[in-house]
Amino acid sequence: MSVLELHNVEARYGPVQALHGVSLNVGDGELVAVLGANGAGKTTTLRAISGTVRRSGDVVFAGRKLPRRPDATARAGIAHVPEGRGTFSELSVWENLRLGAYARRANVKQEAQRVYKFFPRLEDRRDQQAGTLSGGEQQMLALGRAMMARPKLLLLDEPSLGLAPIVVNQIFEALARMKTDDGMSVLVVEQNANLALAHAARAYVLEVGNVVVEGTSDELRANESVRKSYLGY
Amino acid sequence: MLLYAFTWTEFAQQLAAGIREGAIYAGLALALVIIYRSTRVINFAQGEMATFTTFIAWSLMNHGLSFWTAFPVVLVIAFAGGVAIERVLIRPVENAPVLTIVIITLGLALLLNGLMSVIWGGANRQFNGPFSTRTIDVGSVPISVQDIGIVAVSVGLVVLLALFFRFTKLGLALRAAAVNPESSRLAGIRVGWMLALGWGIAAVLGAVAGMMIAPVVFLDPNMMQTILLYAFAAAVLGGLDSPIGAVVGGILLGVTITLLGRYVGFIGSTLKLPAALLLILVLLLVRPGGLFGRVAVRRV
Repeated sequence: MSVLELHNVEARYGPVQALHGVSLNVGDGELVAVLGANGAGKTTTLRAISGTVRRSGDVVFAGRKLPRRPDATARAGIAHVPEGRGTFSELSVWENLRLGAYARRANVKQEAQRVYKFFPRLEDRRDQQAGTLSGGEQQMLALGRAMMARPKLLLLDEPSLGLAPIVVNQIFEALARMKTDDGMSVLVVEQNANLALAHAARAYVLEVGNVVVEGTSDELRANESVRKSYLGY
Repeated sequence: MLLYAFTWTEFAQQLAAGIREGAIYAGLALALVIIYRSTRVINFAQGEMATFTTFIAWSLMNHGLSFWTAFPVVLVIAFAGGVAIERVLIRPVENAPVLTIVIITLGLALLLNGLMSVIWGGANRQFNGPFSTRTIDVGSVPISVQDIGIVAVSVGLVVLLALFFRFTKLGLALRAAAVNPESSRLAGIRVGWMLALGWGIAAVLGAVAGMMIAPVVFLDPNMMQTILLYAFAAAVLGGLDSPIGAVVGGILLGVTITLLGRYVGFIGSTLKLPAALLLILVLLLVRPGGLFGRVAVRRV
């Protein structure tokens, strides 16, 4: 059963159309990757789902049509870690985590303990202004906030961008745990196709706002043109 | 230049009077800052909103309510009024240029001022406060109960607000919506309503300032106009973005102008405002962000 279905979704920034009818789905508990070059519409796909860009076409989440307001999407159970991570840089790490759980009733202290278990660095920096964290720590915080939300679906934009391999591993380990513990599904946009295919069950390849290839990670790795254009071997 | 005989007792009294003045400025400055942080606009109607709610208190007391019965009723009315103003007047122009919204708050100030004259007339009215004007000795310094009461209520409200912003979920959401509306929406916060709540809180702060100062001055539609100027100066002094700055700025300004007015002969009561503004100008030349205004530290 799919938790998320996009039917012919279009999106535009003013006069520029960024998505030309994208259809995709994410299964329950599945990690799905969206690949593509810069400007292919990967980020816009995520933004169309969370309602941070104007869209047309249907987005169905857990069997219901998703409203087009980002706050309502969040309350419906979708956490979106956007480009630039969406950190509240003026607020402390602890306040950022509290805001992660804003959309639901939760024991925030207990939930934060779970986050600290994955990312002990965040506990050390609990009272520090989030804007002063390093890039890796900020990505941990972004994922930590998503953990606090215990979403049904996580939209993750370029989690590996600018990070050291060791941090990237930590991030994907945490992701795997969130998937098994919470039965969460993930739609991840990734520039690094090798990395994405290593963790995803399936993937979609976007080119200028259209899905051009889709399949399981194995199928995509075997696909000649995908290998040449995105995997580099 | 000391023109008068100086005594420490009088100095302490002047200091107390300055703190009382300052507490009023602080409350109103905090109201300005709360709205500024979320909408980037100085609410020029803040003074008239405060006076309007003070008139409502006056009417309630005229109908036989005691001050402390009228007080919470007025706060509820002020809060609802602030929220309504945001929803009805500010919301439709949310994405308009800042200047448009500024003009709307100016229009609102004129509208409220006119309404007050129509409803209550333009004359000065005696407003009976909750505190007696007799003095009690603090240490060996006689200070009026009224001054102590005004400071206690104003400071108490500020402390309550600080606790609310720091420790409650709603308070955190209000701050988040002010600093980063985009991410707040993604966290599930209804940002539009947070802005409206901010207006409600600002209106409550104004109402308290109005009801505290009305017994000291007289109540008339223009009561808050000069005070709003001082509050604006206090907010700028503290750094327009900083709630703590607004409070510290308010107290500092109150004390400074009171002492200047008393001890620097040529300033007296007529040159207090220009003197205060000159001081602020000098300070801003040294610290352009105000006392507490800071640029968010960011590492990329």
